[in-house]
Amino acid sequence: MFTTRKQYYPYISPFDPCPPIRVKTYVTAPNLYLGFQPPNLPQFSPHEALQKGTLWKVFYDPYYSPYEMANKGDYK
Amino acid sequence: MKQLPKEYYELLEQLQAVDFVLVELTLYLDTHPNDYQAIQQFNQFAQKRKQLKKQYEETYGPLQQFGNSYSSYPWNWDDTPWPWQV
Amino acid sequence: MWIYEKKLQYPVRVSTCNPKLAKYLIEQYGGADGELAAALRYLNQRYSIPDKVIGLLTDIGTEEFAHLEMIATMVYKLTKDATLEQLKEAGLDAHYVNHDRALFYNNAAGVPWTAAYIQAKGDPIADLYEDIAAEEKARATYQWIINMSDDPDLNDGLRFLREREIVHAQRFREAVEILKEERDRKKIF
Repeated sequence: MFTTRKQYYPYISPFDPCPPIRVKTYVTAPNLYLGFQPPNLPQFSPHEALQKGTLWKVFYDPYYSPYEMANKGDYK
Repeated sequence: MKQLPKEYYELLEQLQAVDFVLVELTLYLDTHPNDYQAIQQFNQFAQKRKQLKKQYEETYGPLQQFGNSYSSYPWNWDDTPWPWQV
Repeated sequence: MWIYEKKLQYPVRVSTCNPKLAKYLIEQYGGADGELAAALRYLNQRYSIPDKVIGLLTDIGTEEFAHLEMIATMVYKLTKDATLEQLKEAGLDAHYVNHDRALFYNNAAGVPWTAAYIQAKGDPIADLYEDIAAEEKARATYQWIINMSDDPDLNDGLRFLREREIVHAQRFREAVEILKEERDRKKIF
């Protein structure tokens, strides 16, 4: 399934002093995939658009902290 | 000290929502100057914002100055609250 | 010229008096990838870029000033009535002795803003790629600040600002496509 959250597994040395973070993630936001925006893409209502920070649904990709993820989850 | 009523925040957010659509359409049209439908939507919202601006200013004072809004007496442009204070 | 509008672009709220968060947020006020740098970068580049994309640089540059005002509002609200004890705890004692509670264009580590943060190469592609990179770096910075913050109202405003970086990056990418002049042509390389 498509996600804008990507993962990688860094090399871990037995001599790394901090407890290893085994999985690292990064964001690949929707602007990387769309190309030149085609006309008539679905929009949010004005209030929703303001609340979400984009008029077009295709760009909506919210980010939540680990703290918030405990409640909501970073993934849509 | 004057306190703003609940209606202030509601009207302000309505204006912010309409203005946000206009910002988004502006940036879109900067790269899509031939999208007829988007221009129609833009003009519709421009008209809506004109009405909302009038309604807002009648109760809460000028949004812009240098003559882009009217003033009542005495000069009310520098009345509090400023945007970061509300 | 520019006309000021006496309202924020987005309704900014913060939940608690928390100067520590203000210290992080100042990165987006006077930092290398902050809103001041963004506004000045685009509004300066527009004098030497093809006419087709001047409007976009002007409008995004103008929106960045609205974002600067949002960040200022967050910092203002987070520090407004903070006690000296709170400022000290937040690591803002050094800021206080120089500025009291005044805002200042410096980054989270207290380094003052410098024009060296922004580039203007005069080459349209180099400048637009710089702008795309600036938007992605600002998006990342918002993520790191959101990670450090436990204030739900503040994060709501930060998510709005982060989303704007995504849309701006999209428009700058489109500007590059416009300058390539290959959109309607068949690719025959």
